[in-house]
Amino acid sequence: MTDITWINAALTSARPQAVGALLRYFRNLDAAEEAFQEACLRALQNWPHNGPPRDPAAWLIFVGRNFGIDTARRGRKQEALPEEAVISDLEDAETELAERLDGADYRDDILRLLFICCHPDLPATQQIAVALRVVSGLSVKQIARAFLVSESAMEQRITRAKNLIAAADVQFETPGAVERAERLAAVAAMIYLVFNEGYSATSGPGGTRAPLCDEAIRLGRLLLRLFPTEPEIMGLLALLLLQHARADARFDPDGNIVLMEDQDRTLWNREMIAEGLALIDKAMRHKRPGPYQAQAAIAALHARAERPQDTDWAQIDLLYAALEQMQPSPVITLNRAVAVSKVRGPAAALAMIEPLTGKLSGYFHFFGLKGGLLLQLGRNDEARVAFDRAIALANTAAEAAHIRMHIDRLIKDSAAGSDAAVPHAPD
Amino acid sequence: MLYAILCYNDENVVGSWSKQEDDAVMAKLLVVTDKLAKKGRLGPVARLLPTTAATTLRKGKEALVIDGPFAETKEQFLGFYVVDCPSLDEAIEIAKELAAANPGPGAYEIRPVGYFQPGSAAT
Repeated sequence: MTDITWINAALTSARPQAVGALLRYFRNLDAAEEAFQEACLRALQNWPHNGPPRDPAAWLIFVGRNFGIDTARRGRKQEALPEEAVISDLEDAETELAERLDGADYRDDILRLLFICCHPDLPATQQIAVALRVVSGLSVKQIARAFLVSESAMEQRITRAKNLIAAADVQFETPGAVERAERLAAVAAMIYLVFNEGYSATSGPGGTRAPLCDEAIRLGRLLLRLFPTEPEIMGLLALLLLQHARADARFDPDGNIVLMEDQDRTLWNREMIAEGLALIDKAMRHKRPGPYQAQAAIAALHARAERPQDTDWAQIDLLYAALEQMQPSPVITLNRAVAVSKVRGPAAALAMIEPLTGKLSGYFHFFGLKGGLLLQLGRNDEARVAFDRAIALANTAAEAAHIRMHIDRLIKDSAAGSDAAVPHAPD
Repeated sequence: MLYAILCYNDENVVGSWSKQEDDAVMAKLLVVTDKLAKKGRLGPVARLLPTTAATTLRKGKEALVIDGPFAETKEQFLGFYVVDCPSLDEAIEIAKELAAANPGPGAYEIRPVGYFQPGSAAT
């Protein structure tokens, strides 16, 4: 009856809550993870016979905590002095436990667990790796595969990151409103990083990094369940869903990039789009705009267009303008230029991106778009120069191949003397 | 008699299924519903999106719009089937078959339908 698939899913979904609570008890990440691991082993022995508990997370916390206390007690007998603070804290926690398990506001536990992964001294890739390991419970092997590095290299990276976290000063008191808001913002940014890591590099058939996108969406849902009235978290989850909905259409069977205009929209995931649109609608009702909502609203306009020519570019231009105000960045201006080229033509768009040349001199998409705009204006020689630069800066083989396709077409078209087909900016 | 079979389960757990696992469960459920459909006894079936996408309208002097589902519970209302059964026993049998196709805990509430409108929304 209690299928192993269900048990595994229950353990995975209980993990953030259980490890978060165990971290609060033990104030040590390794101890919390070890206790959770032990509780999972016992669940695998116990649940198939006795049936699943009504509240798997509470069960795992209870068993994990007892294991941790036993370990601490054994340590006390075998080793030197007990860590008084730790022991007494554990016993205090015990009286509180029944109430905690019933009342169950684990929000701050989970938020703390996510937050410690966002340590500012950790480079982005390490934040992501450690969050996937600690919060999501992916194996080192799975994470290594997602990052295309060896298992031992990833093991080292995670260990180093965890040491840094262990040495950091983690606040275990219930956070105040301001601190909670700060943690929430840091965690949202980290989840977005997880997604982008998966999204930007997913190339070719099978896309080995797609699990990162799924995991980011799962973490986004988790965060929204904890903060169900935060419009920016709704916006974040909507953005991830609306972007990921296009995953199956973004590459052809040979691994070549398919631009949004050319994508087979029947391959877009309708269910993800429905959820994303529902979320952005909910978020906008709060009338508290923010960068995630603005980006999600842009993605929503693409998702709503049945055909490329139905896209509301004027509205997208306005949303990018709003986003530029909230979060000035040359990359956002570059994206806005795509909308501008549709609404006001390539010359206006080119004028908009020319001033970015200095800041984006190492950015593939800048030269890709610039080449495309020049091509539209019939300035083929300059377009060729921009495309050559783009190829030199391509991050993946698929990106390079995509630009090469334009160059080939350019050569062919210039030979034929006809108007070239128009390439477009990043999806 | 029409019965609504309302499905309750922990959406966190269901949301942790991989796509393959989810597809496998859906395929097994389809076997159960196909059988009913062939006999002309299957009404509308719906699977609902996560409660994070839900909004609640609370009636009052001024209706209040709230984010999320109306109740905070361990198990969430995840979807429903409408089936045509001569007796409660048969409806319970169908619910048992659905339960067997779907791993883990959860609950099915079997509610007789009073008013029924098949509807006209395009899918």
